[in-house]
Amino acid sequence: MDNPFRGFSAVFYKETLHVRRDFGTLFFSLIIPILQMFLLGFGIDTNVRQINTVVYNADGRRESRELLDRLRNSDTFHLARFVNSDKDLNDAIVSGKCRVGIKIPVDYSDKLLHNMSAQVLVLIDGSDSSVAGQAINVTTAIGLDESLRRVLPSDATFAVDMRPKILFNPDSRSPNFFLPGLTAILLLNVTTFLTAFSIVREKERGTLEQLFVTPVRPMGLLLGKLLPYLGIGFFELCMIVTAMRFLFQVPIHGSVLMLAFLSLPYIFVSLSLGILISSKATSQAQAMQLAFLTILPSIFFSGYIFPRETMPKFFYVLSYFVPATYFINITRGIILRGATWAHLWTDGLALFLMGTFLLFIAARRFHNKVITA
Amino acid sequence: MTTSDQPAISARHLVRRFGDFTAVNDVSFAVQKGEIFGFLGPNGSGKTTVIKMLTGLVPLTSGDATVQGIDVRSDPEGVREHIGYMSQNFSLYADLTVSENLIFYGRIYGLTQERLRRRMDEIIQLNGLSPYLNRLSAQLSGGWKQRLALGCAMLHEPSLIFLDEPTAGIDPVARRQLWDLLFDLSAHGITFFVTTHYMDEAERCSHVAYIYFGKVIADGTPDALRELPDVNPEKTYRVEITAPLVTQALRAARTIPGIRSATIFGQSVHALIDDNLSLDHLRAELLNHKVTVAEIRPLAPSLEDVFVELTNKHQAAQEATRG
Repeated sequence: MDNPFRGFSAVFYKETLHVRRDFGTLFFSLIIPILQMFLLGFGIDTNVRQINTVVYNADGRRESRELLDRLRNSDTFHLARFVNSDKDLNDAIVSGKCRVGIKIPVDYSDKLLHNMSAQVLVLIDGSDSSVAGQAINVTTAIGLDESLRRVLPSDATFAVDMRPKILFNPDSRSPNFFLPGLTAILLLNVTTFLTAFSIVREKERGTLEQLFVTPVRPMGLLLGKLLPYLGIGFFELCMIVTAMRFLFQVPIHGSVLMLAFLSLPYIFVSLSLGILISSKATSQAQAMQLAFLTILPSIFFSGYIFPRETMPKFFYVLSYFVPATYFINITRGIILRGATWAHLWTDGLALFLMGTFLLFIAARRFHNKVITA
Repeated sequence: MTTSDQPAISARHLVRRFGDFTAVNDVSFAVQKGEIFGFLGPNGSGKTTVIKMLTGLVPLTSGDATVQGIDVRSDPEGVREHIGYMSQNFSLYADLTVSENLIFYGRIYGLTQERLRRRMDEIIQLNGLSPYLNRLSAQLSGGWKQRLALGCAMLHEPSLIFLDEPTAGIDPVARRQLWDLLFDLSAHGITFFVTTHYMDEAERCSHVAYIYFGKVIADGTPDALRELPDVNPEKTYRVEITAPLVTQALRAARTIPGIRSATIFGQSVHALIDDNLSLDHLRAELLNHKVTVAEIRPLAPSLEDVFVELTNKHQAAQEATRG
């Protein structure tokens, strides 16, 4: 008699009918993330290459031209323009046309020939930190290399020889790094929006009032609404992973089955979040706003774009409350690093607990709603 | 649990406050089994709040109530199990067909497959829904929507059904058909709790109560209410004055001494007049005011007269206590 899930099968039945009747909307909500994946997957390269560079070569002799060739060959710099005054050099950077300016002084070759230290000015636009960092690294490395070549005899060996080896994604392919994270964001987008309207729509139509007068219990209602969408979210995940593997050629080093299984608690969290939003909102427009509100923190505090380790303490702690943090760790772990259950079970558990907690809050709100309606 | 001599609803001293506002103020009434109980009152007078209290959606601030013999305070879930409820906007799922709506509500109430099939057959038969089974409920007209909503509310064979303004916004033919259906069902022992604005519907109820600003100011059968002394003050009687220019007649009537009150009803004026003002005298007075009168005849008070009279009296009493 006192079954807390009372009404589950009825609501489940009804929700699957809603989905079937509104197949067009569903189709678009499933296909749009795939399109976004194409845009971002092909369009974004996280490696810094071919930085527009302005050069003021006051020297102009062979030594200076050799230095420029070395910069050009690094693939980091694109020597876009050559100027003949300090002012033009400055202007090119201020106007944003170039991000790096290189000035080779008039006595560059002379100083080298007389074994004196020759100075090269490198101006860097610091407004994009990753570009600036890369420019500093490459120019200092080239400078050091050039100096060593001139100082050391040609058969000398380095006293310390660092041999970095990139373990995962050795070619530093952008899609390999980018798409596993994007999977989490796209999935969140679809699922949260799927359920964000589910309850508020019934509020607007007055059917919720009717349900309250029946013996249906909050948990039965919420789970009945959630479960059909869990299936849809899972289907979406399969589409995204398939496209990632076969269209973008991202190798999956770990178990695909494990990835599929661990995606379920993540989809569950996103759907519960949508349900919670729906129970708070008083109109569909408001639900839409609230759902959008969840997207930005998921992008910026999950480690999707910026590493979590560099965040201020407060935001680092905050990132533990963002579900995407755990799922990005799972996708990158399985796809790139070949991680196994032993590495990732805590992330799965954290997601499951979060989802249960959110759903519980939504159910409690419902109980209160019944009482104060 | 439910014994035969128990009333279907028994409300005792119901009070509901929202902050400083008292929405329901000491409301008591009893609805017997098989009655069609009409619950009337202006908008915002507390009708819907009383329904919500009786269905366990709004907790009682004080007082107590039993519905179908079940205490609303201690077992609201149990109450919901044994009642049907149809809200004013016929809460159906527009993108579900007629039969899918029925199946959904059947499952909500936990009907077995077999019982659901039997009840659906019965309801489809009773409500004449069979031609529309596979039609989306969005495509039904108001009257059919309402029949479907009623069908959904009675799938689980409740012997008490709450109807919150069931005829708001539907056409007169559908309105009449619904009432025929209610009489039919009531003859089978189902009790109805109906809120309405329509006086002709109130006249059809076997028992009516009128709620005004949170207080019940009339409770009884329509006939008993018409006989109330408050409605029929001593040494007065009611007349119906039919006149071509009815507003002119009203204005004139209000100036004639001996007429205590006058209100327009369609093409006529209903007036409460003193015994010593005869019909002939009244006709002469009206002619003095250059009002052409088609007919004047004595009249028993209608329920509307009853409610207008009681409301005026209640307002006067309230102002007296305040002033």
